[in-house]
Amino acid sequence: MKRILTAVAALGLAGVLAACGGGGGDKGATSANSGAATIQVGSVYEPQNLDNTAGGGQGVTEALNGNVYEGLFKLTDAGAVEPLLAQSQKVSDDGLTYTFTLKPGVKFHSGKALTSADVKASIERVTAENSKSARKSNLEVVKTITTPDDATVVVQLKQRSISFVYNLSYVWVVNSQAKDLTTTEDGTGPYKLGDWKRGSTLSLTKFDGYWGTPAKNAGVVFHYYTDATALNNALLTNAVDVVTSEQSPDALAQFDSNKSYKVNNGKSTTKLLLAFNDKVAPFNKVEVRQAISSAIDDKKLLNSIWGDYGTPIGSMVPPSDPWYEDLTSVNAYDPAVAKQKLAAAGLPNGFSFTLDTPNYDPHPTAATFIKSELAKVGITVNIHTITPDEWYSKVYQKRDFQATLQEHVNDRDVVWYGNPDFYWGYSNPQVTKEIDQAEQAKTTDEQTALLKKANKTIAEEAASDWLYLYPQIVVASSKLSGYPVNGLNAQFYAYDIVKN
Amino acid sequence: MLRYLLRRTAILLVSLVLAAVVLFLLLRLLPGDPVNALLPVGATPEQIEAARRELGTDVSLPVQFLNWLRDAFTLDLGRSLINTLPVGPEIVARLPVTVPVTLSAFVLAILIAVPVGALAAIRADRWYGPIINAVAQLGIAVPAFWLGLLLITVFALRLQVLPAGGFPPDGWSSPGQAIEALVLPVITVALVMSASLIRYVRAATLEVIGADFLRTARALGESPAGAMWRHGLRNASVPVIAVLAVELATTFLGAVVVESVFALPGLGSLLVRGISQHDYPVVQGVMLVSTATVLLVGFLGDIAQRLVDPRLLQRGAS
Repeated sequence: MKRILTAVAALGLAGVLAACGGGGGDKGATSANSGAATIQVGSVYEPQNLDNTAGGGQGVTEALNGNVYEGLFKLTDAGAVEPLLAQSQKVSDDGLTYTFTLKPGVKFHSGKALTSADVKASIERVTAENSKSARKSNLEVVKTITTPDDATVVVQLKQRSISFVYNLSYVWVVNSQAKDLTTTEDGTGPYKLGDWKRGSTLSLTKFDGYWGTPAKNAGVVFHYYTDATALNNALLTNAVDVVTSEQSPDALAQFDSNKSYKVNNGKSTTKLLLAFNDKVAPFNKVEVRQAISSAIDDKKLLNSIWGDYGTPIGSMVPPSDPWYEDLTSVNAYDPAVAKQKLAAAGLPNGFSFTLDTPNYDPHPTAATFIKSELAKVGITVNIHTITPDEWYSKVYQKRDFQATLQEHVNDRDVVWYGNPDFYWGYSNPQVTKEIDQAEQAKTTDEQTALLKKANKTIAEEAASDWLYLYPQIVVASSKLSGYPVNGLNAQFYAYDIVKN
Repeated sequence: MLRYLLRRTAILLVSLVLAAVVLFLLLRLLPGDPVNALLPVGATPEQIEAARRELGTDVSLPVQFLNWLRDAFTLDLGRSLINTLPVGPEIVARLPVTVPVTLSAFVLAILIAVPVGALAAIRADRWYGPIINAVAQLGIAVPAFWLGLLLITVFALRLQVLPAGGFPPDGWSSPGQAIEALVLPVITVALVMSASLIRYVRAATLEVIGADFLRTARALGESPAGAMWRHGLRNASVPVIAVLAVELATTFLGAVVVESVFALPGLGSLLVRGISQHDYPVVQGVMLVSTATVLLVGFLGDIAQRLVDPRLLQRGAS
């Protein structure tokens, strides 16, 4: 009996050791070739599919925008809009006709040359009836698109739209004959799609026929994780070179104190909102919203979730938008003021409301914090946890809620407060007018001045309570350079990344 | 035996259909509407209707169920609502991770649990008998994710001999890396599984040690080890096989946690993603395949038990 036991144990151990040994050898081989290395990127945002008009999620933008697909214009990591596939543009004096000339010699990955017909079809993909693009409504201003020749696109607008060129930076130019864009691609970018192993990795390889400056690396592999700890471990063991967006605040200390890693604190556009249903009592009263805004210590909340990272914010506009203004002093934290406002609203003894809370971080933590803060001024919060899908149907579509927590990721999205039909139901004709006028402004100065005014009004009226601006943290191996650090619109341009 | 086989097969089929009904109904009880996944923001009622038609949710529940069952029997599990890909191939693509992890862990757990459990019983009077028992008891209380994190910390972060997670992009085409990626997950699952198995093996062995037939065998001149080997093991294995079937099934379904800790693209992570996105066809597909596997393993376990101990057949028949 004893001999059998020993034999079995030895066999098992040998098997395990053999497996370890075999793997150890492979590791050295992959990292040896650093001249044109393949960059390993770690992310928690796996695309659902590869089409940004079919609800692929922010992972699609992260992996493919600017890497595989390009637009007529691009939004740089610094937030500027620059021509990309557009060689030149002309705008008529009335601001209604845009004429774009395309860059010559641009080829799709399939080999087909880029023509104006592809651009027309690409814009129409976004505005199509079944399109799920988040930018769809921004392009509803387009009246007609004509293609006088293969290199020219003429777009007629229904009315002036100063953001039109900016909005075009989100429109991917796709081969109009391409099929199956949810699992394959045909773009013009510096990389073509390698292999997509769903649930695990998506690889991009350098496209040899690229029209512009070629990528500085041989390719990129996005590794997807559902667990933040697993993602950090991958970085610690050099399985990935860079993490696009660190979501685990507790893990930052181990990288901060380690010279092998660089923690980049970039610009973010993601805001955590306590959104009231401004149409229903008691949130239809300005004083009640102001009271809540004054009763919650945003800085303390931010600190408890992100430590020293992140930024307190007084309104919907993040510092990277051109019309940013520091409004943190408006309805600032002051429980005494909160109580006065409640009394002024005829609710001296407080009230109670239900807070629909998405079931993923940081919403549950924030909800608990808000509950304890509001209890101090006599307001009772009932936390109701819901899934993202429920949020979408209950809150966003049916408006069946009192207040909710939600993260809003887009840049330049203060304009939603000009739409009285948006889910939070904020309605101020003056603000609506200013936001409409801003879009039809002739100059960016005029646009900026109008949006600043609207932004100040919504802050004063506490249309929502803007709790804080998320940090945008890219953690990378210190051997890496050339990676983007600002998570604008969740994009991640990989072509300049170099590994030393 | 044939009669038993027929009866057991009938039970298997009935349970499969029942399981399918329960699965189907439970998913329909979840709040939220799956058509949301297909619709743009601010969809018109016409678009909603069209999406329902596309999904097949415009007809009554019983009809939906029959349609789904009919398709499932022809191995067509529908298409994902999120990425419009067929669910069947998606599930098949996850098996090269889940099946090796489950089976290797299962074999490793048996290799650990059978000798250790038997030793704990046979040597119950020695100092290490109770210690094995205590350690196994403690092991049952250890959650798989914690053990996984512990192994990652030691072998991946400290010693740096194994990867912390992930699976090579080209899968089993890089066998070295694939095996390397699965070592820690397999050990994690195997250790958790063997903890409870050790206790079952020990209990079964203890029962056999005190049995009359073993004393008789000894009286007929067999050595203690010989008697144990020839008569004891077979008798002790009967209850253990039943437990093994349950354990194998649990591991197959319970891979979710381990896959998440080790970032493995297996069935578990597909299921989690499907649930979080309300991707009904994916959830239904994965659950149907898993349930069928579990029922099939139970079926095979019962047959194996009767092959080892034909007395069960007579008991069952009466």
